[in-house]
Amino acid sequence: MLRDITIGQYFPGNSLIHRLDPRFKIIITFIYIMMLFAGDHIACLSVGAAFTAAAIILSRIPFKMFVKSVKPLMPFLILTAVLNLFFIGSGEVYFQWKFIKLTSDGIEVSIFMLIRITLLIMGSSLLTYTTSPITLTDAIERLLSPLKKLKVPVHELAMMMSIALRFIPTLIEETDKIMAAQKARGAEIDSGSFMTRARNMIAILVPLFISAFRRADELATAMECRCYRGGEGRTRLRQLCSAPRDYAALAITIVFYGGVIALGIVLKHAS
Amino acid sequence: MSNIIEIKNLYFSYPSDEGSEPVEVLKGVDLTIKEGEFTAILGHNGSGKSTLAKHINGILVPTSGTVTVDGINTADEEKIYDLRCRAGMVFQNPDNQIVSSVVEEDVAFALENLGVPYEEMRRRVDEALKDVNMYDYRLHSPAQLSGGQKQRVAIAGIIAMKPKCIILDEPTAMLDPQGRREVMAVIKRMNRDHGITIVLITHYMDEAAQCGRVVVMDKGRVILDDTPRAVFSQVDKVKAIGLDVPQVTELAWELKKAGFDMPEDIITEEECVSGIMNLFN
Repeated sequence: MLRDITIGQYFPGNSLIHRLDPRFKIIITFIYIMMLFAGDHIACLSVGAAFTAAAIILSRIPFKMFVKSVKPLMPFLILTAVLNLFFIGSGEVYFQWKFIKLTSDGIEVSIFMLIRITLLIMGSSLLTYTTSPITLTDAIERLLSPLKKLKVPVHELAMMMSIALRFIPTLIEETDKIMAAQKARGAEIDSGSFMTRARNMIAILVPLFISAFRRADELATAMECRCYRGGEGRTRLRQLCSAPRDYAALAITIVFYGGVIALGIVLKHAS
Repeated sequence: MSNIIEIKNLYFSYPSDEGSEPVEVLKGVDLTIKEGEFTAILGHNGSGKSTLAKHINGILVPTSGTVTVDGINTADEEKIYDLRCRAGMVFQNPDNQIVSSVVEEDVAFALENLGVPYEEMRRRVDEALKDVNMYDYRLHSPAQLSGGQKQRVAIAGIIAMKPKCIILDEPTAMLDPQGRREVMAVIKRMNRDHGITIVLITHYMDEAAQCGRVVVMDKGRVILDDTPRAVFSQVDKVKAIGLDVPQVTELAWELKKAGFDMPEDIITEEECVSGIMNLFN
C-alpha cells in the first residue's frame, strides 16, 4: 500500500525534460500551475492537459507512474469534487434535498477542479521525477539565494528538504516492515472499527518515530565525518548552467500561459 | 613505517545525566597503529570498541589522555576538518550515512563540503566509484541498491576524500553473506593497492582472521593485541570474555581437547583441512 506513494521519487534518465536546468524547471512549474487556474473554460483546461501530455511524453517516463502519483490523493480529490458538486448553489437546479443542491454550475466546477488538481499533481510529479532531489535543492537554494541577505537560512532549508526527500523511500520501507511486524503480533491495521484502527496506528507511529530520530542522529554524525559545515564555501558536483533550450522551454511555457489567458477572455466575451 | 594513529592512556566517560554517575567507557587505552596496517578491533557489546573508533576522527574527544592521528591531536578544534579528511569513518547502517538520492552526488558530498573545484571533484568521484566497483550505478538512487552495494557507495564517499586511514564500525553487520564478501573485498583492496590504513571493528571472527593484527577489547581496555593466529590460539581467554573464535579454530581446538593431534594456531579453512587430513595419514 505505502509503496504506491511516488511523490518525491526520482527516475534517472536523459530525456529533454531531464536535461533542462532545474531552476528553469521550477519556474516553469509555477507558471504551469498558474496556467491551470487561468481560464474557466473547457478549452483552457484542454490546452493545459495537452501541455501536460506533451511534457510527459518528452520525459519518457511511463504514464502509469503519473497515475500512481495521483492515486494516494484520490480520497482528497473525491471529497473536493463531492463538496463542490452539492454545495455550489448557482446555476440551473437539477435536484434539491434540504440544503443539498445539484446544479449545473456545481457539476461543472467539480469536474474542472478534479481535472485541474489531477493535472497539478501530475505536473509537479514530473518535476520531482525528472530532477534529482539534490539538484532540485541546488536550484531552490540558488533561486532563493537573494533571501540570504535577509538572513533567511536558505542553504539549511534546502539541505533539510533534500534529506527529507532522500529518506522518504527508506522510511516507507521501514513503515511496511513495522506494519508487518505489528500485524504478526495481532494488531488490526486493515480491519476493525475506525477507532481500533486509529489506536493501532500508534503501534506503528511510535517505533517509526523512534527509529527516525535514531537515523537522524546517525546521519548527523556521518555528515560531520564528511566535513559538513554549512553552506559556506561549498562547491557542487552538479553544475547548473542554463542552455538556449532552457530559455526556449521557458518562452514556450509563457506563450502557453498567455494563450490560455487570452483564450479565457475571448471565450468569456463570446458566450 | 611511521605511526599513523597514536592513542595514549585514553579515558572517556559519557557525560552523566543529572543525578547519575558518569559512565566510564574507556579506561586507559594505549594503542599504536602503523601506516598501512590492517587492524581488526574485536569486543562484545559495551566493550568500548565503537567509542574508541569515534575518538580516531574527533567525533568524541578524550576525557583524559591523547589521540593523535597523522600528527594531529584530535582535540585540536582548528584542525578538525583536516583530521576528518585523513581519517574517514564508515558506519554500520548504510542507509543512515547516505545523504543524497543519487549515488555519485553522495560520493561527492564530502568533496562539496571541502570546496573541491569541479574538475577535480568529478575525477575523484569517478575514481572512487571505480575503486568500489560501483561506477555503473553512479546515476542510481540508493533505494534501488542492495545493502552491500549501499555500503560500498558509503565507502566510496570516504575514499573520495583520499584519507590515509579508514575506520569501519561493523560495516558488514547488517549485510547478507554476499554483501559481506563484496565489502570485505573492497576493504582489503584499499589496504593492499592504495596503502590505506584500515581499522575494522567487527564481530565476525572470520573477518578478523583476515586482518594483519587483532586487538581485543573488554570493559574499556585492550586485553589482547597480536596477530590473528596468536590471538585466536588463546581459545580459552577469548571465550572467557564472551567472544568466539573462527569456526575452524574452534573445530581444531575441540579436536585437540578430544585427544587428536591438531595444531593450535589454525585460522583458515585450508589449514584446518590439512590438519584433519594429517590425522588420517
